[in-house]
Amino acid sequence: MLAGMDSFQATIDADGRIEPRDAMPEGYRKTLIRQIAQHAHSEIIGMQPEGNWISRAPSLRRKAILMAKVQDEAGHGLYLYAAAETLGVDRADLLDLLHSGRQKYSSIFNYPTLTWADIGAIGWLVDGAAIVNQVPLCRCSYGPYARAMVRVCKEESFHQRQGFEILHTLCNGTPAQKAMAQDALDRWWWPSLMMFGPPDSASTHSEQSMAWGIKRHSNDELRQRFVDMTVPQADVLGLKVPDEGLSYDEETGHYRFTEPDYTELYDVVKGNGPCNQQRLAHRVKAHEDGAWVREAAAAYAGKQASRREGSAA
Amino acid sequence: MNDLFVYTLRLGDDALIAAQRTAEWIAAAPQLEEDVALGNIGLDQLGQARSLLQYAGQVEGADRSEDDLAYFRDERDFLNLQLCELPNGDFAHAMARLLYFATYQHLLYEELRGCADEMLAGVAGKAVKEVAYHVDHATQWVLRLGDGTEESHRRMQAGLDALWPYTAEMFESDDLVRRLAVAVDPSTLQAEWERRVMAVIDESTCSRPVASYQHSGGRTGRHTEHLGYLLAELQHVARSHPGATW
Repeated sequence: MLAGMDSFQATIDADGRIEPRDAMPEGYRKTLIRQIAQHAHSEIIGMQPEGNWISRAPSLRRKAILMAKVQDEAGHGLYLYAAAETLGVDRADLLDLLHSGRQKYSSIFNYPTLTWADIGAIGWLVDGAAIVNQVPLCRCSYGPYARAMVRVCKEESFHQRQGFEILHTLCNGTPAQKAMAQDALDRWWWPSLMMFGPPDSASTHSEQSMAWGIKRHSNDELRQRFVDMTVPQADVLGLKVPDEGLSYDEETGHYRFTEPDYTELYDVVKGNGPCNQQRLAHRVKAHEDGAWVREAAAAYAGKQASRREGSAA
Repeated sequence: MNDLFVYTLRLGDDALIAAQRTAEWIAAAPQLEEDVALGNIGLDQLGQARSLLQYAGQVEGADRSEDDLAYFRDERDFLNLQLCELPNGDFAHAMARLLYFATYQHLLYEELRGCADEMLAGVAGKAVKEVAYHVDHATQWVLRLGDGTEESHRRMQAGLDALWPYTAEMFESDDLVRRLAVAVDPSTLQAEWERRVMAVIDESTCSRPVASYQHSGGRTGRHTEHLGYLLAELQHVARSHPGATW
């Protein structure tokens, strides 16, 4: 056992990959299960705010792109759950943890999508922030998670471009369309900054995750990276970032910006956001409404298996 | 109106309205794999709709795009089958509709891909492969649900029965399809459709739906009350911003 743990530490120290059959500390396993599961939950809950606009997408081309995007998210959910299962848990159990509120998902999805421009803003800002968070995860010390992230990030980068393109079209459209785009940025800017989690001074999970090579950069570093990437893009769109304190610092080469109101983040994480109840209720209902279907599929598979056995005998 | 335009519109409207209903399942399916599968099927249907509506606009020659046809016609101008517009029920209802509709589309596209109209033949040639998968997906589920548990059997039977009165409309022949050389007369597809569908129903241990009153009217723009609401949702953003591009 000791030898196993020694080799775990040696792999981490050499920046190698831990694979499912390798020895690993229980804390490492638990941290990864929690993180991968919550990432998977975020993908499937995230289908709702965007799915909300499939039926109303204003052109057939946009409808097709949005359907494909939401479908991608279901796919991300699937392989993230599969990655979590390599750590010895079951997708069904993880879903139960989500449905009973014992595991969380990204609190960004507790905000409502109120206009078509929100679909653009989610792609541009939310998927943009997700990419900043997830690119370093492609080098995560746990092999299956790192490999899943490579594929997820490729698709997310396509999602981000389509979001930007939606807003670009709106910003070059009618005054009403441009106003819709600005309104979406005004509402999504602060929640997007909160996607990087609490400030470093208050982050509880960070230190150990860094030591284990699960996390590579601090929340504040990633937040800064996101702001630096996004502000020039807002300029291209001709939109105003709703932060009076925003300015470019020539010396550091970074933007100075106002920190989001973290009490709002803690509140939404606790369950007090505009859509927390709605998102979870929708998910639980889909799951419960589907119970008889899953039971039927299992019963049918059982019957088929015993028929095959019967004919073999 | 130009026969080829109307004929193409019928097929395009079927696919568009079916896609709109299929898409409602995304993020509401019984399991994640099914969200992916129904997303795929809806995307196929929407892709067929776009090709057909683009072509319809071209044939009409009035400079109408796929979006003009999808977003700026009223319910009396839509020519889809009533089967496609009915509200979603439970998952068994969805699989019954997919079995009925995709089997019909498959037979139709198989014929149409050999027609003299190059565009229609091209669309059908691509679509026939897609709907073959839809038929297979629906078939697998009708078998699982029909021969699964008591509850799933009851629901599967209810779905098959509830939609049966909307199936004869698929095979209605009229002057237009008889006049238009490239059109497939749908009445010629009915016997084979029944053979294929009944084979699945029999294997699923469900009973064959009994002959019943059959609805009609979609091909001439007479719809159920449900289509108006479906279109209100589909069209409202586009219509709120006339002339805007997206």
